[in-house]
Amino acid sequence: MPEVLKAPLVVEFPFTRSLGPVQSAFLTGLRERVVLGVRTTDGRTLVPPVEYDPVTADELRDLVEVAPTGTVTTWAWNHAPRRGQPLGTPFAWVLVRFDGADTALLHALDAPGPDSVRTGMRVRVRWAGERSGAITDIACFEPYDGGPGTPAGPTGHDGSFTDPVTGIVAPARLDYVYSPGRAQSAHLQALSERRTVGERCPSCRKVYVPPRGACPTCGVATTEQVEVGPRGTVTTYCIVNIKARNLDIEVPYVYAHIALDGADLALHGRIGGIPYDQVRMGLRVEPVWTEDGRHPDHYRPAGEPDAEYETYKELL
Amino acid sequence: MSKEPVAVVGVGQTKHVAARRDVSIAGLVREAALRALTDAELTWADIDAVVIGKAPDFFEGVMMPELYLADALGAVGKPMLRVHTAGSVGGSTALVATQLVAGRVHGTVLTLAFEKQSESNAMWGLSLPIPFQQPLLAGAGGFFAPHVRAYMRRTGAPDTVGSLVAYKDRRNALKNPYAHLHEHDITLEKVQASPMLWDPIRYSETCPSSDGACAMVLTDRAGAARSPRPPAWVHGGAMRSEPTLFAGKDCVSPRAGKDCAADVYRQAGIADPRRDIDAVEMYVPFSWYEPMWLENLGFADEGEGWKLTESGVTELDGDLPVNMSGGVLSTNPIGASGMIRFAEAALQVRGLAGEHQVEGARRALGHAYGGGSQFFAMWLVGAEPPSS
Repeated sequence: MPEVLKAPLVVEFPFTRSLGPVQSAFLTGLRERVVLGVRTTDGRTLVPPVEYDPVTADELRDLVEVAPTGTVTTWAWNHAPRRGQPLGTPFAWVLVRFDGADTALLHALDAPGPDSVRTGMRVRVRWAGERSGAITDIACFEPYDGGPGTPAGPTGHDGSFTDPVTGIVAPARLDYVYSPGRAQSAHLQALSERRTVGERCPSCRKVYVPPRGACPTCGVATTEQVEVGPRGTVTTYCIVNIKARNLDIEVPYVYAHIALDGADLALHGRIGGIPYDQVRMGLRVEPVWTEDGRHPDHYRPAGEPDAEYETYKELL
Repeated sequence: MSKEPVAVVGVGQTKHVAARRDVSIAGLVREAALRALTDAELTWADIDAVVIGKAPDFFEGVMMPELYLADALGAVGKPMLRVHTAGSVGGSTALVATQLVAGRVHGTVLTLAFEKQSESNAMWGLSLPIPFQQPLLAGAGGFFAPHVRAYMRRTGAPDTVGSLVAYKDRRNALKNPYAHLHEHDITLEKVQASPMLWDPIRYSETCPSSDGACAMVLTDRAGAARSPRPPAWVHGGAMRSEPTLFAGKDCVSPRAGKDCAADVYRQAGIADPRRDIDAVEMYVPFSWYEPMWLENLGFADEGEGWKLTESGVTELDGDLPVNMSGGVLSTNPIGASGMIRFAEAALQVRGLAGEHQVEGARRALGHAYGGGSQFFAMWLVGAEPPSS
């Protein structure tokens, strides 16, 4: 059995977030070294603040300032910090209830070791040198042996700052190892020899290219390999006039459904070697390979008469 | 055991726009939910459960956004469920909520769907590069354009039909205060002169990218009796799916869509949809999908859908108005788009659709599809309670 392929797959994108009035005030406050919470209908102070009361569902807009000092309510030691975490040296994850707040915020505590951390210990904010209006404006917490900082209790704050932060960029990243599985690995192996191989369903006898290892309509495994093509028929297509990012193809170009001879559904590819406005349904084509390509680079006219519509109308 | 009749007693939408930078996702859903509650004259305390729908998480990059929306939707301490079926999700979300009432699991359910497309890039979310696979070379519209060409070839439709749909829907949107696109200077000539993006699909024949949310309050017979405004009654609802690609798939008229419509009509006692249905809110993100779905949904014989469109039957004052609200072509917060179809159908039979109301609409169809014509969800709502 041929080797099943694997490759790393990183999915990464810089999403943006509109903060809304409460998170905007909270993050802008951090930039200005001010910790803001929000007062609920029943008089509790939530830090970090939320837009809607978890108990009554009321809209919450009554902002208050609390002290940059607080108490650890629980913690866990992180022996081996990873990329992107608040500190590069081992630290404690802590929930800190700020003085004046009724709820706790999750962050990092810079401490010499797990023996120096305990529930109930007093801590204060260590502000980041460069602050931009993000949770990372709190570099971390550090041990502190004093009473409440200023202000001592929660005091009203209108939440307004000059040049407020209204949105943030929130990059998301996921790392996978991707495997296309047995059927597609065999297909790719054949493509490396410039052959196109599909699999036939033992029940409906349809030939799938690329193969999926199973027939999606019959629900049975497919194993019988069938070589198809190399020639095929353009069944339908569109002319693309939008230049795609990261795609080194000049517009306009033709994106087509191509039914390879012997296959029972069309695969998708680009048509070249002919002016884009002369491509037509029924055009007979053949693959064009490049030196290092895993797939045909595109398909070009095979020089045969067009196929009759009746012969491919089920394969659009 | 018989099912509990289900009524729509509240509908709420945000004003759909390209970017709502003034609100968080929580603030966006909150607006629609509050409007639905206001319409129903109910409070959070009257809601027994919340069913929320969203298109792929990659569209905003918040994995499972429902996790942090419970407080914004008054769901703390209540059951909350998230539904995901790509573009059709707004429809299937409403149907899941409907089943909770029909099955007497809950008396009154808030259902909501949303999308904040401005926070990300749906095109990126739809075209992640997968190792070993040849990248899809076409983009979102390019995926559907070959099917439009196939439809034109199969039916002999003249290439002007798509522009008629776009012109109609964009004009209808002018009568809908919640619609995203309000093109006051729209003309048929402008549509036809707009650039060809994915030939045969023009720029003006494609949907916009919107931020928006839609919510509905669904309730049982007792809840409907207390409703201050006329309810819309659910007469039938169904979902169907099929693979995006398989040997024998009819991309022009997918079998899942036909089966889904047939199931809804059977439940609702619709013998002839063309005659028995007064108005249709249909999921048409690219204009040519109107004639295509007219056939798929049984309003026209195969090959005849474009003739209905061309003859003006689907105009707001036509015999079978389609997308009175302006449709997906005028407003497309993807995850909410299906629910907007369902909600607009409900507004029509409640007589509350305002300037885009179809006079005397008694039965209306809401339709949604998603994926590569893979998921279908529909409901039929009526002004009268179901008889059985």
